Amino acid sequence: MVNPLNQAAQFGYRTAFGLFEVPMAGAQRLIGIGRIAWLFLLPNLVIFGLFTFLPIILNFFYATTGSDAILLSQRPYVGAENFASLLSCDNYLDPNSCRRDIFWRAIYNTSWFVVLQVGFMILFSLLTALILNRDIPFRGFFRGVFFYPVLLSPVVVALIWKWILQRYGVLNAGLEGVGLPTVNWLISADWAFFWVIFVSIWAHMGFYTLILLAGLQAIPSDVYEAAEMDGASRWRVFSRITMPLLMPTMVVVLVLSLIRAVQAFDEIFVLTGGGPGTATTLILQYIYETGFASRPQLFGLAAAASILMAVVLLVLTLLQLRATRSQAEG
Amino acid sequence: MVWSFISRTRGRNRFDLTDWLTWGYLIFGILLMFGPVLWVAMSSFKTDAALSEYPPTFLPLSPQTVMVEGYDEPLPLYEITGGEYEGRTLAQIRRIGLNAQMVDPQAPGERLNVSINDREPAREFSVAWGNYTQLFERFNFMQYFWNSAFITVVATIITVIFNSMAAFALAKYKFRGRTVVFLLIIATLMIPPTINLVPIYLVVNELGIVNSPWGVIWPAVATPTGVFLLRQYMLTIPDDLLDAARMDHASEWRVYWRIVLPLAAPAIAVLVIFSVMWRWNEFLWPLIVLTRSEEFTLQLALNAFQGDLQTSWSGLLAMTVLTLLPITIIFALLQKNITAGIAQSGVK
Repeated sequence: MVNPLNQAAQFGYRTAFGLFEVPMAGAQRLIGIGRIAWLFLLPNLVIFGLFTFLPIILNFFYATTGSDAILLSQRPYVGAENFASLLSCDNYLDPNSCRRDIFWRAIYNTSWFVVLQVGFMILFSLLTALILNRDIPFRGFFRGVFFYPVLLSPVVVALIWKWILQRYGVLNAGLEGVGLPTVNWLISADWAFFWVIFVSIWAHMGFYTLILLAGLQAIPSDVYEAAEMDGASRWRVFSRITMPLLMPTMVVVLVLSLIRAVQAFDEIFVLTGGGPGTATTLILQYIYETGFASRPQLFGLAAAASILMAVVLLVLTLLQLRATRSQAEG
Repeated sequence: MVWSFISRTRGRNRFDLTDWLTWGYLIFGILLMFGPVLWVAMSSFKTDAALSEYPPTFLPLSPQTVMVEGYDEPLPLYEITGGEYEGRTLAQIRRIGLNAQMVDPQAPGERLNVSINDREPAREFSVAWGNYTQLFERFNFMQYFWNSAFITVVATIITVIFNSMAAFALAKYKFRGRTVVFLLIIATLMIPPTINLVPIYLVVNELGIVNSPWGVIWPAVATPTGVFLLRQYMLTIPDDLLDAARMDHASEWRVYWRIVLPLAAPAIAVLVIFSVMWRWNEFLWPLIVLTRSEEFTLQLALNAFQGDLQTSWSGLLAMTVLTLLPITIIFALLQKNITAGIAQSGVK
């Protein structure tokens, strides 16, 4: 069967090939086949250089300079002033006593968020993976059900829940229907924080469920058969076989979700805007607002805050490397 | 039949407590994961009048109105549920305290007094397609869709080409510095763009691509994930195939484009799915780079509208549905490939 779409795609593919073949063949003659590999690497290395490695260095220049100019040549050197300003607190447990109180609020919010979001998300992901690992019909379908929200954009996720949680939304109508009191969910600070955690678990748990499910399915079935022969109870099988064998996957899931939770921003920003007040402002939102959303744009302060965040992420990444290495060895 | 299929248990012939809990959890899961999306989809077909009803109805039902002789405005219709006129459908002229002045549309001459506790608004099933058409007429939806589609498609094509070129070099050539380059690329996995927002903005600014789709495309086209994924796959392509082509005087570019790329199609498909997902859903970086509304992606437009008090939920809900539709369709078609790809590579 001749498919016109297919034909067009093939034509495009050949044309693109022809476009590059002559210059690339010429370059090959010029530099020799031994160095052609560098030519293939070039585009990627240029992008990485411009948008990843160069910015790491520039970040330190921004963090040690002041003013709201974006051009480095127009920024006066201020030394460690940005860091000092972020870290100056009379009492580190009380954000009100800090010079940059919102930064510290964001740090406290982020810490709570990371602990609660990661903790409960792993719990529910594990539970879901265990259930999906049972011998149930339509398993592929159910796997898809829990995975579907992962693909939705953060903005869409936030708007879906905003519509449900609004004052006259379906959740309040349901509560009223069964005689329970209604709440203005996103206006109350504690509830807003709860929903921020809930929504971000809802949106991401499918991904971790999938990884844990893959880990569960990698456990050889003869181990279970042997346990069944010995008449081991279900709880014993779970605590003595499943959990220990799943541990390496659990560690990877834990570190991956920690790294992502530290950088949480999108859904929360759209759902609550960091509010009410600063109740749900997390560290990345602080960086975004300091550097880009508010005037004057305090690039130096934002860069200093992102370097502090980078240190946390670096520690977590090193943990991940150790975890993956021990998993590969074990 | 169906029941015996659902209640199938492994090795045991009784449907016990854990089976009940399993099915309870799964059904709860369907409701929790699909319910909110379905609710938004249903709501997006409601008229503004139906959207402001509380408690809301599941189906898009609208309060009915009727034109009655002698009145200029259409009057709201009510079912009378008690009292003298029980069972009739009347139109309300006005409300006076606890009573409503009503009229029978069939006999407009006579005014009837009904207690407001004895009446229920009459509803009819009405799909508000207007929510969707207004997106195209008033909200410039096509512009945002085009911006999003342009960024997604162009960035994905460039990502696939750049990453596969690098992967080809790392998988199929032996040269000094190969390990260093590979480690360098893997190292960028540890440097999320979120820690470099300010300096990346400077680079984009210096390149003059602020407020341009290219300001979103270029920083994202070299992905360590993509290079790694493709390199691992290309390692499995036998070198003999490449050497045979070289014997026929094929240039290295030809070897790459005509032999290695087509053979790496399965891995490329995974990268394409990831890239489309990343770019279509991306939010923070476009939020920083694109500040003019003509350049907004769908995600930015949605965010801007939800913050704007002038915007009604009816337009916002319809736009939300249209934004999640492409990803939902792709997911429905490629569910297996996506979940398998993610489970294997462990990236998102």
